[in-house]
Amino acid sequence: MEVTVTTEADKPAPEQPEAEAKPEQRPSFMVLFGRYLTEANSVMVTIYSLLLAFLIGAVLLIVSDETVRGTWSYFFSRPGDALQASWEVVANAYISLFEGAILNFNTLDRMAAGTADVGDLLRPISETLTYATPLIFTGLAVGLAFRAGLFNIGAQGQLIFGMIGALVIGFSLSLPAALHIPLAVIAGAVAGAAFGAVPGVLKATTGAHEVISSIMLNNIAALFLVWAIGTNFMHSETRSELVTKPVDDSAALPGLLGFVDDSLRVNLALVIGIAAAVFVWWLLSKSTFGYRIRAVGFNEHASATAGMNIGRTYTTTMATAGGLAGLAGAALALGVGSTGITTNTALEYGFDGITVALLGRANPGGIVAAALLFGALKAGALSAQPEVPVDMSTLLQATIVLFIAAPALVKAILRLRAPRGGMVTLEAKGW
Amino acid sequence: MRLELKGLTKKFGSFTADDDIDLVVEPGQIHAVLGENGAGKSTLMNMLYGILKPTSGEILIDGEPVEFTGPGDAIAAGIGMVHQHFKLVGPFSVADNVQLGREHTRGAGVLSARAARKAVREVSEQYGLHLDPDAICEDLPVGVQQRVEIVKALSGPKTELLILDEPTAVLTPAEIRELLDIMRSLADAGTSILFISHKLKEVQSVADTVTVIRRGKVVAELEPGASETEMASAMVGREVALTVDKTPAEPGEPRLEIEGLRVVDDAGVKVLDGLDLTVRSGEIVGLAGVEGNGQTELARAVLGLVQPDAGRIVIDGRRADRESPAQRIERGLGYIPEDRGRDGLITEFTVAENIVLNQYRNEPYAKRGVVDTAAVRERAATSIAEFDIRTQGPAEPAASLSGGNQQKVIIAREFSRARRLLVAAQPTRGVDVGATEFIHSRLVTERDTGTGVLLISSELDEIYALADRIAVIYNGRIVGEVGPDTPREVIGRLMVGAEAGEADAGPADTEPQTPDPETSDEATNGGDRDH
Repeated sequence: MEVTVTTEADKPAPEQPEAEAKPEQRPSFMVLFGRYLTEANSVMVTIYSLLLAFLIGAVLLIVSDETVRGTWSYFFSRPGDALQASWEVVANAYISLFEGAILNFNTLDRMAAGTADVGDLLRPISETLTYATPLIFTGLAVGLAFRAGLFNIGAQGQLIFGMIGALVIGFSLSLPAALHIPLAVIAGAVAGAAFGAVPGVLKATTGAHEVISSIMLNNIAALFLVWAIGTNFMHSETRSELVTKPVDDSAALPGLLGFVDDSLRVNLALVIGIAAAVFVWWLLSKSTFGYRIRAVGFNEHASATAGMNIGRTYTTTMATAGGLAGLAGAALALGVGSTGITTNTALEYGFDGITVALLGRANPGGIVAAALLFGALKAGALSAQPEVPVDMSTLLQATIVLFIAAPALVKAILRLRAPRGGMVTLEAKGW
Repeated sequence: MRLELKGLTKKFGSFTADDDIDLVVEPGQIHAVLGENGAGKSTLMNMLYGILKPTSGEILIDGEPVEFTGPGDAIAAGIGMVHQHFKLVGPFSVADNVQLGREHTRGAGVLSARAARKAVREVSEQYGLHLDPDAICEDLPVGVQQRVEIVKALSGPKTELLILDEPTAVLTPAEIRELLDIMRSLADAGTSILFISHKLKEVQSVADTVTVIRRGKVVAELEPGASETEMASAMVGREVALTVDKTPAEPGEPRLEIEGLRVVDDAGVKVLDGLDLTVRSGEIVGLAGVEGNGQTELARAVLGLVQPDAGRIVIDGRRADRESPAQRIERGLGYIPEDRGRDGLITEFTVAENIVLNQYRNEPYAKRGVVDTAAVRERAATSIAEFDIRTQGPAEPAASLSGGNQQKVIIAREFSRARRLLVAAQPTRGVDVGATEFIHSRLVTERDTGTGVLLISSELDEIYALADRIAVIYNGRIVGEVGPDTPREVIGRLMVGAEAGEADAGPADTEPQTPDPETSDEATNGGDRDH
């Protein structure tokens, strides 16, 4: 490197120069790798966040189990009891999570004995992917908006409208599946986009903050859903409880593993989700629209000076984000909710999308990975009941995100070194 | 205090920021350290102030070697520092800022406002620095805020050496003159001053000794009598032309016509109040004025970021009032914003992405909504070569470039497409001598190819060097349009609001004095420093 090009601004921060006092001698791969492991870069912070979260989860499992607590009361006379009981409760809990989310070893035994089939073996994975699918969409919806400097809290509402849009097309038309499915999916995306555009338009025209307006719109959407389900147009003709008509068979998303076992729920929406992630990646890195999103997200003043229309960028970004969340709604309406939607079908997928986007650092690839992780936690926790408290997955999610959002905390706890370019904290503008 | 640096060296990895620096500051002496951006001046000061630890070499105070582990040690040893970017708590009063970190108390943690005020008064009186201890810092003009910083530095337990890091970068011409006077009187009272700068005029007028650093090494020790050219050449390492070669202008048809422009800001203040101005093709019109008199709003209104409340703007013969910034840019408006970091660059973007920032969606950089990365890169490579942008490559983030090179990125962006009119606001702010020379010559070339250039600058030197016609702005209107040979005093008086006739008739012996506090308050507060 030429000395002249280096400025005072780009010199490394004063804390770190000692690390490479002898640059002439190229360090070996192992040294570099070891250095990477002890540095607070974003990959290692993510990994350490996961480990720390599971560690805290373990402590809470120990503390919350009455029998184990009992063994700690005589720790000093027989420490072995307490340690063994603690180890067992933690190991059992995490093994059940794993078995519920990925692979159950008992099923292998039962298959050998002939009491289970391949479908049973694939069920945990199928459930993980089923829960992960809507999270991919909502994670992308929040993540894309992040890149434009917008905090899209409204994914939940956008998802609800997407769900209603897909459902209405799903039960009111009768078409061949090859037309019906795409049409219903698009209806979901359009409904979500229309609802998502509202906070964008409000921000562009009046300066109203998107966080405030999208929180309010979430409430509107949730209550609208309650009202809509009750209308004659949508309410189930055969059931008395608050549930909508089922969508036509021709609109229901086909299962991906239906050829193995009909009861495996993972469906075509997963493929659409992966495609959406690839699309968002392409949009951000290759298209002029994505260039504009990133420019506005980094520095709206310079973008405006370069002639970009900031308000229009906000509106189109929010509409696109809403469309992605709407696809999550369509996935639910035409997938797990194809027999009829209740007020409960949407769960908290929209809100969980915020944590997924944070964990994935607003990168499409990271979002897919984070969605899979959260889907696994959800599927694992549901199947591991009652041995593992159902709140365990929420708790782990929350702790992971806490650490991810505060890399300085992870760095301090583990005494990691500062990375070269400084630590990355994801944050939306204006907060 | 006598300060001596012996073989002071600082290495960052393989990069040597400061190499074997020897320097002596005698008691009561103003010692200027001159160097371009990135020469190693700030690293040197940070070592002196205990922020960085030297790799080797030693610091001696009155012959005794000292070792600082933090700024606290440096302050205890009698060193005070005024940073380029002020470190003041805006909503606090002057007294509270001065006592920050060493509060006057009545014991048991109860603050004593009276003692704090008294301390400020004592120091201000002792050195003749006028300050109101109860004024709120953020309401004060930049020059006065700097005085607060100086008083703060002098209020250390036994401050005998003051480090001033690029102190004039943010000041108006009048404030600069005042600061130089203050420095002189502090030195006369026995305080040693280490003055970091890259502005030759100031160094020449105030320094007792000049040390020039280039690439981390001391390259010259100059006497105060040294000429500006001598200093500039030592700094840059080659012959530098301080004046710009240009032929007389040949103005053609109007490229920018502004009539009765009025802009009212959110607070209801008329920041532009019936401004008229015309820029013709092939001429550089210099807009002189104390910052905060409407220059910022004028530039933004021409680009279309601010909607005028009255008046009209005609660009290249066509009304532009209803056009968006993008349309005006398409029509050939080039724009160099005054605040590079805020309006000029997206520092997280690469150099290449920044170079096409206002053309990213046009061919050949994009086709049907898809960015052609190869074309963008190619454009960037060409610009980097043509404009001599010192960077590791098109893919380097703009944030890691020096100020001068960042500015060149903006210039490259504006000059790499057809243009009819160029608005250049503070085009060389925070840019070193070499880059300034380059930017100035590009502006003249620009004019010679027939573009109309509106040059907005708070540096009179720059206006004199480039302008074919000088318009002076005061309180949102043009108060005078004069030729390029008009004496400094006349323009100086126009800048503080004297009418044109009055300014001409004014007695020649009244130096363009410091504007009275009222005027300078108003003038500087209107500015947009806190964006």
